[in-house]
Amino acid sequence: MSTAAVTDKRGGSLSGARLPKWSPWAIAAGSVAVAVGIGLGAGLGSEVQWGLIAAILFVLGTYGVAARVEGRRQAKDRVATSLVWVAFLLAVVPLVSLVWTTVSRGVKVLDVHFLTHSMGIVADTETGGGIYHAIIGSLEQVGLATLIGAPIGVLTAVYLVEYGRGRLAQAVTFFVDVMTGIPSIVAGLFILSLMLILELDPFGFAGSLALAILMMPVVVRSTEEMLKLVPNELREASLALGVPKWRTILKVVLPTAIGGITTGVMLAIARIAGETAPVLLLVFGNPFINTDPFEGAQASLPLYIYQQYAAGGDAAYDRAWAASLTLIAFVMILNLVARGIARWKTPR
Amino acid sequence: MAKRIDVSGLTAYYGSHKAIEDISMTVEPRSVTAFIGPSGCGKSTFLRTLNRMHEVTPGGRVEGKVLLDAEDLYGAGVDPVSVRREVGMVFQRPNPFPTMSIFDNVAAGLRLNGNYKKSELNDIVEKSLKGANLWNEVKDRLNKPGSGLSGGQQQRLCIARAIAVEPKVLLMDEPCSALDPISTLAIEDLIGELKDRFTIVIVTHNMQQAARVSDRTAFFNLAAVGQPGRLVEIDDTERIFSNPSVQATEDYISGRFG
Ligand SMILES: Nc1ncnc2c1ncn2[C@@H]1O[C@H](COP(=O)(O)OP(=O)(O)OP(=O)(O)O)[C@@H](O)[C@H]1O
Ligand SMILES: [Mg+2]
Repeated sequence: MSTAAVTDKRGGSLSGARLPKWSPWAIAAGSVAVAVGIGLGAGLGSEVQWGLIAAILFVLGTYGVAARVEGRRQAKDRVATSLVWVAFLLAVVPLVSLVWTTVSRGVKVLDVHFLTHSMGIVADTETGGGIYHAIIGSLEQVGLATLIGAPIGVLTAVYLVEYGRGRLAQAVTFFVDVMTGIPSIVAGLFILSLMLILELDPFGFAGSLALAILMMPVVVRSTEEMLKLVPNELREASLALGVPKWRTILKVVLPTAIGGITTGVMLAIARIAGETAPVLLLVFGNPFINTDPFEGAQASLPLYIYQQYAAGGDAAYDRAWAASLTLIAFVMILNLVARGIARWKTPR
Repeated sequence: MAKRIDVSGLTAYYGSHKAIEDISMTVEPRSVTAFIGPSGCGKSTFLRTLNRMHEVTPGGRVEGKVLLDAEDLYGAGVDPVSVRREVGMVFQRPNPFPTMSIFDNVAAGLRLNGNYKKSELNDIVEKSLKGANLWNEVKDRLNKPGSGLSGGQQQRLCIARAIAVEPKVLLMDEPCSALDPISTLAIEDLIGELKDRFTIVIVTHNMQQAARVSDRTAFFNLAAVGQPGRLVEIDDTERIFSNPSVQATEDYISGRFG
């Protein structure tokens, strides 16, 4: 038939030789084996080098094998796929290794005692003590910073997306961009200068103010993106029902974007929860339990980690790791909660 | 309940671009008026000036008068929000609120505008869904999201949402263009029923649809590309489709148009 003739002329049919499903794994295993061999033979000390050799061999090997068996187009496709996998592994390996190190070294002293006691009567060189005071400090400082930073950030984004026109909106966008780039120590110094003018001693809320400054631009940016994703048709549908603009924003636009907004706020919280510099300047650190963020120096988790690490000695290192684990767990729990809220809020 | 619309000398702009120029017409209460005309001639723009949705577009500006039973929609001190409660709108693409259930979608206009008791809302939602011929299909799943309905059902949901606030006028911008013939028929039947209670204006590209559902038909056209759109003529639908007074109308309807 004529179709057959056409197929013949183009020199192929729809099905060609294909590599079996398991071939990527085989190539990966092969390249790892060869990389280990090269590493041992050449006496390369670092596993990172082995890994890089294996990655390069994997990509090259994939291309070579696929080009022989399947042809050049499929080979390119497979190389693109394998590059994506390699990039994924390169990104995941440090992350997994970080979590693994923190967990394995952190669990050593992490127990109920550690979570419920302060360092008040324990010298940094002794064993024992805990992070209760630092948890209190972190929760209060980050909580207050969120109470200030998140609403201002979300409202700024609402202004920019729903109302902002012309000069003022441009100026706000510009300053938000500038604020995104402010190093945390500078935010700390800014509040510190105010404290010096007012002759105040370090206290938790001063740290919250600096953290709020750091948080706001992140919240504005992410919320802005989320609000822009809300289709204009929904706004028009609501306005056409005779709903005023502010209620439209409150009842239609924000609920539609709430999942993304929460995620953005959570990321911002995660960012400020790990800030050390402004806390060091403004809250100062305190081995005793101080539950009042408005009076007197407080501790915080990142600051605690820094101070324990600086103090040195096995007991202090163990505490630093355990505190790091707590901090990571705190951020992770927060993320899970946020996802839970977002999922609970979307209708099914 | 239904109200008459009197438009005189209406011109609408997008920024400096004049989209429609000097349009005057009367829309009779308790009737269906169809707008037809080539793409880009300003049917949607004109429709949106009738409930002050045009000014929602950045740069949107209107000159002229639109009288709703003798009250000028563009008069000083008129609140666009209250205009839109009188003049409802159904859009080309179904746009139910994705975060709300079917019930909440229909109740949205009422809920967002004031306090209603749950029992009152129940009655109004049921009545509106029945009015939109959707009640039987959704009565068992009122608490499921509106976005889970088919396109035609979503569009009827949007109609139910629009009539729930009891507007005097209902504007529809190509309400069937995303729908299959059966859903289209359902909505056309619905329009026939709704015209007893509302003044209805419908934009359509479907000549048969205009002929089937409307009492009067308005033909819009562009003088030339880049020129603002104008109203060519408005007349009883029968006359427009059998014996229009302007040659351009006949050309357009019989498909002899560029
Ligand atoms: N948001 C907007 N900004 C600027 N110009 C617009 C906008 N919307 C429409 N226009 C212009 O206004 C004119 C009329 O457009 P309109 O959407 O009213 O046409 P239409 O008759 O509804 O067309 P269609 O049948 O394709 O829906 C067109 O020239 C269009 O380019
Ligand atoms: Mg249109």
